[in-house]
Amino acid sequence: MSFEEKSAWIMGVVATGSYGVYLAIVLGMAGTMPVAEVPYVAPLLWTIGASIAASIALHILLGIFSPKEAGKKDQRDREIYRFGEYIGQSFVVIGGVAALLLAMAAVGHFWIANVIYLTFVLSAILGSVAKIVAYRRGFQPW
Amino acid sequence: MKPTRVTNSIRRLRFERGEMTQAELAERVGVTRQTVIAIEQGRYSPSLEMAFQIAHVLSVPLEDVFQYPNHQGDAS
Repeated sequence: MSFEEKSAWIMGVVATGSYGVYLAIVLGMAGTMPVAEVPYVAPLLWTIGASIAASIALHILLGIFSPKEAGKKDQRDREIYRFGEYIGQSFVVIGGVAALLLAMAAVGHFWIANVIYLTFVLSAILGSVAKIVAYRRGFQPW
Repeated sequence: MKPTRVTNSIRRLRFERGEMTQAELAERVGVTRQTVIAIEQGRYSPSLEMAFQIAHVLSVPLEDVFQYPNHQGDAS
């Protein structure tokens, strides 16, 4: 498995894990109060921060355990990276449009922030899955 | 994703060149070993430039490395 494929796995797993933790915290608090009143800002910021830190730490560990491969990126890696980002991008657009509609409907900040966060996470997961599939099943740029 | 119709003889040519390893070919072309494996197995179509580099390293013309069938199953 190439360094870039491992990197795609890290991004997918970290995005899924951090959002899972966020959901557990928010839904845990939702048991005692209406869900839209849950103080979501701190868990959201902390899980985003933790996912960035975890991703950096895991990439450093990856570099330590396979130093020969570290940072090696060729044409195929670059093409698969762009392909994955392009696929994942669709969810960023969906999130933007959904947030716009919610804002126009004067829905609470909780829902607007959460729909954006969810689509960011889905974008990262979908992008990572697309990259992993391209590495495993094959990738024909044309 | 649509599979490529491009076939290649890299594996055979490597063995004819003193059993050149995938790692050695990868290093001389300037790509990762995983990319050489993917090309050999038809899971990745390299760019024209990379294809020429592979042919140069294997010291054969491009058509000896990569083939494209005119019709299904008819390599030429």
